[in-house]
Amino acid sequence: MDIELKHIHKRFGAVHANNDISLKVSAGHIVAVLGENGAGKSTLMKILSGYQPADSGEIWLDGKSAGSYRTPQGAISAGIGMLQQDPLDIPAFTVLENFVYGQNTGFLFSPRKWRERLKSISARLGFELDSDQPIAHLSIGQRQQLEIVRLLSMGVRTLILDEPTTGISAEQKLVLFKALRELAMHDHMSILLVSHKLEDVIALCDSVVVLRGGQLVGKLQMPATTDELVRLMFGQELAPHAHECLINPKIAINLDNVTLKGKRVTVENFSMKIRSCEVIGLAGLEESGQDLILRACVGLIKATRGQITVNSSDMTGKSYRDFLAGNVAFGAAGRLEEGLIAGLTLTEHIALTTENKTLVDWARATLVTDHKIKQYNVRGRPDSPIETLSGGNQQRLLMALMPDNPVLMALEQPTRGLDVDSARWIWQQLLERRAHGTAILFSSPDLDELVTYSDRIFVAYAGRIVEIPDATQTNIDELGRLIGGNFEKESAL
Amino acid sequence: MNPPSNRTALTVGFALLPIIVSLVITAVLVLAVGSNPIDVLVAVAEGAFRNSNSFAGVVNFWIPLALCSIGLIVTFTAGLWNIGVEGQMIVGAVFASWAALFVDLPAPLLIPLEIVLAMIGGGLWAALVGFLKTRLGVHEIFGGVALNALANVWSIYLISGPWAPPTGGTAQATAPFKDSALLPPLSSEFPVSLLALILVAAALVIVTFALRGTRWGLQLKATGKNSKSALLLGVPTLQSAMTAFIVCGMLAGIGGAYRVLFTYASLRPLASGGIGFLALLVVLLVGLRPMFAVMIAFTFAVILGGSTRLKVALQLDQSLAGVLQGFIVLLVLLSNGLRQRFMPAAVEPPTPITATVEVQRIQPPV
Repeated sequence: MDIELKHIHKRFGAVHANNDISLKVSAGHIVAVLGENGAGKSTLMKILSGYQPADSGEIWLDGKSAGSYRTPQGAISAGIGMLQQDPLDIPAFTVLENFVYGQNTGFLFSPRKWRERLKSISARLGFELDSDQPIAHLSIGQRQQLEIVRLLSMGVRTLILDEPTTGISAEQKLVLFKALRELAMHDHMSILLVSHKLEDVIALCDSVVVLRGGQLVGKLQMPATTDELVRLMFGQELAPHAHECLINPKIAINLDNVTLKGKRVTVENFSMKIRSCEVIGLAGLEESGQDLILRACVGLIKATRGQITVNSSDMTGKSYRDFLAGNVAFGAAGRLEEGLIAGLTLTEHIALTTENKTLVDWARATLVTDHKIKQYNVRGRPDSPIETLSGGNQQRLLMALMPDNPVLMALEQPTRGLDVDSARWIWQQLLERRAHGTAILFSSPDLDELVTYSDRIFVAYAGRIVEIPDATQTNIDELGRLIGGNFEKESAL
Repeated sequence: MNPPSNRTALTVGFALLPIIVSLVITAVLVLAVGSNPIDVLVAVAEGAFRNSNSFAGVVNFWIPLALCSIGLIVTFTAGLWNIGVEGQMIVGAVFASWAALFVDLPAPLLIPLEIVLAMIGGGLWAALVGFLKTRLGVHEIFGGVALNALANVWSIYLISGPWAPPTGGTAQATAPFKDSALLPPLSSEFPVSLLALILVAAALVIVTFALRGTRWGLQLKATGKNSKSALLLGVPTLQSAMTAFIVCGMLAGIGGAYRVLFTYASLRPLASGGIGFLALLVVLLVGLRPMFAVMIAFTFAVILGGSTRLKVALQLDQSLAGVLQGFIVLLVLLSNGLRQRFMPAAVEPPTPITATVEVQRIQPPV
């Protein structure tokens, strides 16, 4: 499907999120939309997929004006479907039920017919979906596959994908890319990819367009190198991070022979000592056990056996709030689900974490918020509701809410969904705290990030944990192999 | 977006809209049975305002309704549906009745004792709902409904059994309370309890301030909007939920006590008279603003109190007010939907029914 956007404008208050964007995507092409956080990518994609209308401008599909659809259903019937970063499915439903919802099944629903249809589309794309599985048992990668199959079944001719490789395995990524190429080549679908992962863009796309400050600032035919893309996005190249080890003998946290039971995986008899000033990476596919370890370090999961010591006081069996009082900080992967509160302003967030008296001193809280906004370079006002901030700014605020010098920071995917620049900024902050003695424990699906920043890495696979004692001596290939469960070479080392 | 004054106007508009439309529909119904809606309106207004006595009736209905509404704003802020407010009124009434029946003290001591006992009773009954919710994972709506039924059965048992009047136990009421146990009226022309009015004003001021200006209020709000995040930010979410229930229960308890210590002067079955449920409706109508709630509660009191006159004046059944109330329920829900469409991110209606306080510890994302 040929898509043409003509002079799209969208304003949010004072922010000109999309400023006169004109863009052409021809059928059969895979185009990456790049830009830093707040560049206007999401806004443009939401306009194209009907989640919000443009203030002005036109959308032409296959040489005809699409009129103005104002809802995602409208966009889907015009042939445009969007795959959200977090799949919008219903966890209580089965795969088949999710597949059919929104589709015109007629008054009498025939499960057999739809099961066949699900099967044939997924078989063609190389997806493995069991139609009777509940969604809750699926990985993010599989839920994404289901959503693609559903959109295709609804006759979508253009697919927009928002950060599709976040949180899926390397293998699922290969399957996804193969399917997308197949759809572009044989079905002449146009595909728009929004991603911060430049290696994905290089591996998949035919061309890229770059947004900066709401405007279209560049187009590039692939192949291109990462450096060229970065230059286009930021107008400059980024210096690589120099790894630096800090030695401090103080033990920040000690997990002694703990057993952690998760829903589907159990980590048994695991021991780990983290010293002050250390950066520890946790690698592994979803639900391999690394989340259990991370959450056990802050008391969100209780060990069924073993002992946990923080700063040489016994914290075994203590609650999250006790850990918090012990100066341990936690940051969850889903910012608006676990960490920030939609509907509360920045000041209210700051007051929640800083005001300890019975009466809240709102004047002081506003002052503190103003100060933190400057210190952490948050784009927002003290009275802005948190959900109006962009992802990068939410992450900055989350950082501002954490104590200044914690013993340990346990962070799930601290740079999830952030562009290169924002991710770097977050790490600067983290490393600064580490220089003051904080130990950092983080999980990440990004192998590059793990290798770049960790002193040591623990790799989880189905509850088994292997340690890489010196992260500078490993590389992405080795890490990738370990994550996939191939431990043999490691034990030979 | 909209300037604040415009927004306030819209808020008021959306609060009044369902009431006006319900009045119109009811008027059509009245026409259908061959009466004049204007006459009905006049009769209701007469019922409410024809003299100081009838107006006192309205105020007496309003007092417990306002107390429950203020209490429910606290639980709604914490994201909780305290449907058990009826039961909390009844238990408050029972506790107060115990003192009224069996404690021999002069009025200046007995009345405060009754009020305190009512608060303890209502608070305890609410704490039970909270306990079921936070410790055992029973949703507060189910727990509340069950405890409402239990409270009702318990009060009926007391009336027909241990507390039955010595002569002719009819299960209608206990023996009338002694005078020293009753709240004194302002005057015989305007029989309303001054103490109760003061309590309503105090509750209004304290709750408004506590929700805006205290850490407790902020924590309630955080818990109501996202208990998972609130917990991770260090809010004791279970305590927040528990205290919200208890505060609401205490206010409902006073409301229940007012019914037996003033309106009935004895303990009767279902002393709450559905006022708790009506209060839920009031809060649904106005969102989380105590001042508005008190005002809307008054409007309801006028309509329901005034409609008692319908039978006398027009030979129409008093249940016409119930019909009106039913339409208001439906139209409030409709209007909330419209409000969300036209005033996105505006002052929100109370948390939807799915809002829950997390009982389980947070598990890693699946």
